[in-house]
Amino acid sequence: MIYDLIIIGAGPAGITASVYAARKKIDFLVISKDIGGQAALSGDVENYTGYQFITGSDLALKFQEHMNSFGIKVNMPERTRGLRLEGNNLIRIITDRDSYLSRSVIIATGKRPHRLDVEGEEAFRNKGVTYCATCDGPIFKTKRVAVIGGGNSGLDAALQMLKISPMVYIINATSQLTGDAVMIERLKQSPNVEIWNNSQVRRVYGDVFVKGIEVEREGKLYPIDVEGVFVEIGLIPNSEFADILTRNEQEEIIVDCYNKTNLEGIFAAGDVTNVPEKQIIVACGEGAKACLSASRYLSTHKF
Amino acid sequence: MDRIVKIYTTPTCPYCIMVKQFLKDNNIDFENIDVSSDQLAAEEMMQKSGQMGVPVLDVNGEVIIGFDKEAIIRALGI
Repeated sequence: MIYDLIIIGAGPAGITASVYAARKKIDFLVISKDIGGQAALSGDVENYTGYQFITGSDLALKFQEHMNSFGIKVNMPERTRGLRLEGNNLIRIITDRDSYLSRSVIIATGKRPHRLDVEGEEAFRNKGVTYCATCDGPIFKTKRVAVIGGGNSGLDAALQMLKISPMVYIINATSQLTGDAVMIERLKQSPNVEIWNNSQVRRVYGDVFVKGIEVEREGKLYPIDVEGVFVEIGLIPNSEFADILTRNEQEEIIVDCYNKTNLEGIFAAGDVTNVPEKQIIVACGEGAKACLSASRYLSTHKF
Repeated sequence: MDRIVKIYTTPTCPYCIMVKQFLKDNNIDFENIDVSSDQLAAEEMMQKSGQMGVPVLDVNGEVIIGFDKEAIIRALGI
């Protein structure tokens, strides 16, 4: 069987693309490891037009409901491993459980959290070290925690934890926090936060679970007793499988303003691309654009 | 087949929502334990699974960590 379109990823970009594809009655399939992507993991969303306030998981549910209303089929959880060009302008998509042929592809696989790459991080993964404050945060109620990273996602995690944790340490590599002023202001009003600037985590230690971290500041090492370590030091694109495409130094897939990649019939949208702003609303718009471009491609090419 | 299915979750975790939806879609009765509001249950989950991530599924004592669809299908025999 040959599909007209395969959408890889079901975050804001992939879901929006799928809604457009369903409305255009394109014969398509969605393949994804999850639904909602990073949006589902976001804390509070206050900048998605039409919602003055909604949680990331509720917004992701809304997206999912919208998708379900068209009866869109999502193969999930399924991870894409590779892309190959075949004859007659066809593209082969290889996943961890199958292989598919399609006339066009939209890659909307988003990003995943960056690792600290320090001793103890892997050993204590899910044993105190977490990459999803929204998911696992509540388990650390009444426990002291450290948030690694002073950008928006770090501050979001810290603000969330401040409500339920006796002490929150923010370990920030630069000389000052880089997140939004509104969030920094909210943090500064909290009595149970300690901000460590110019600081790097060197080690995570513990027994069965995390007991603390070792932090280096101005050449000196300090132990900090915490039971939770929330890693929020940025994201890397899920683009490894797309090694036939041109990517930038950050491994983001390079697209033009029509969401075209360097290969015919392959489009990309959202956080996995080099489009500058990584926002839910931007990803949705990019997903819509990518689907419209794919649709135009399908109607103007012979297969 | 009689089986007891418990699932340890937090309200904000998307994978928890997916597991619950998957169980509902397959008509599996389950007990949802919200570890964000029950500290004892959180400790119990940590003891059982040796880790602190949600969701954790307990099917007649067999513990499955995360939304591992295949492991869940195997454990439930569906």
